[in-house]
Amino acid sequence: MIKTIKFTILTLITFALFASPALSDEFTKKDLERWQAEFMTAVKQGEKLFHSSLGRNTVSCDMCHPNATNTHPETYPKFQKQLGKVVGLREMINWCIINPLEGDALKMDDPRMIALEAYITYERRGVKLDPGKH
Amino acid sequence: MKKGISRRNFLKATGIIGAAAASPLSLVEFSWGKGSEENFTVAHISDSHLTHIKGNEFVRNFDKGLKRAVTEVNFMRPKPDFVIFGGDLAQLGKREEIDHGLEIMSKLRYPVRWVIGEHDYYLDLGKYWEEKVSKLHYSFDHKGVHFIVLNSILTYDDWMFNKWKSPEVRMSQMARLDNPQGSPFMVKDKQIAWMKEDLSTVSRDTPVVVLSHSPLYKIFKPWNFWTEDAEKVQAVLKPFKKVTVLHGHVHQILYNQIGNITFQAMMSTAWPWPYPVSYAQAKNAVPKLTVFMNRADPHSERDATGWSMININNGRVINDFRLWENTNRTLKYDEKLGYPVDEKYQNPENRIPPQEHY
Repeated sequence: MIKTIKFTILTLITFALFASPALSDEFTKKDLERWQAEFMTAVKQGEKLFHSSLGRNTVSCDMCHPNATNTHPETYPKFQKQLGKVVGLREMINWCIINPLEGDALKMDDPRMIALEAYITYERRGVKLDPGKH
Repeated sequence: MKKGISRRNFLKATGIIGAAAASPLSLVEFSWGKGSEENFTVAHISDSHLTHIKGNEFVRNFDKGLKRAVTEVNFMRPKPDFVIFGGDLAQLGKREEIDHGLEIMSKLRYPVRWVIGEHDYYLDLGKYWEEKVSKLHYSFDHKGVHFIVLNSILTYDDWMFNKWKSPEVRMSQMARLDNPQGSPFMVKDKQIAWMKEDLSTVSRDTPVVVLSHSPLYKIFKPWNFWTEDAEKVQAVLKPFKKVTVLHGHVHQILYNQIGNITFQAMMSTAWPWPYPVSYAQAKNAVPKLTVFMNRADPHSERDATGWSMININNGRVINDFRLWENTNRTLKYDEKLGYPVDEKYQNPENRIPPQEHY
């Protein structure tokens, strides 16, 4: 029985190695569309979160940052006065959630954090990277 | 003003005006003549956005802003003749918020002239405001200056009455500044006709100060830094020699001159807004005249917020911004240039790095 399973796995691996339907540099227009759609789903989720209460006082991000303005994602990482060190955008997002929104920090890889970052950077698309700028 | 005009006309009609120079009557001409209005001081507080959480809980940060402004106005010297509140006392037009605001404002030692903002209006279309706070549009005279208060945050009937399933939804839709489902602010024809009628008895030499919530010109439609029928309002004000519009809504230092009309935005006590130039996806018409306020640093809750001391001087506004975490600014109408200038920062050489925005 164990032998049979081992053989099956080996056969599958061999098949996967030599008979893979797509090479790593092979993707279609359809793939591109799907990836873009996935990204836009994150942007939409981020937009929703950005306009909802993420803390305990009903305050939302958009109240100070309509269309995510003055978030300047293109300037991170940068020295952030209130944190006293060079930080990434996600740490600044958490600062806002903890302070003006009176809430709890999100984990750095929380899907909500990624969605917020997606929305913020999407609204700032087209602006050149300028890390460290104030 | 009616009284002044008739007295002046009487003097003219009877031909006494020149001969009266040495008589007590000359004082009459002095009091009511061109450019001889009394100077006086008022305070302007705006956009406190008091936000109800639940029970007796309100957002602490916004309460603190309004309370601080009220305390400072009470200590103001010279004492203000009255206080203008520029609208958006509440966040979602709730009775709890308006009551809470009235309680904080009741500590003021001076009478208040109220302007309504969209955050006060769109839950019940101004019903509670009219009951408890003030009329929505009105005019009054003070020491030779004619004041007009407008409800400039109306909008298209269909959006106001038919589009939304409940007043709460309508309010929350209007409360979102960057709402693609939003609708532009309007004064509307009925009120414009009232304004025309109101001004028909006011001499063209009389300084006019218009108090509105939205800017009565067009800056950036996506955030309603915009009044849809602004041109119609401006046309009614056109015959007057000295016209100043003081408005709220934009939570930033913003000023402009269009023809005879000077426009000045007042600060919020709650939070600052970015300039529309920092939205990379849409065009804006932010006035070139404006020297930007410093980039807000959220490290301090009170950064880029404050209130204004307004001196009415020869019928023109001198606006002393009292900024809590920033260098104070003063805007003054320059008679030679014909537009308002910042006393210190209008000259680009004097600007400081935080005034550069991108």
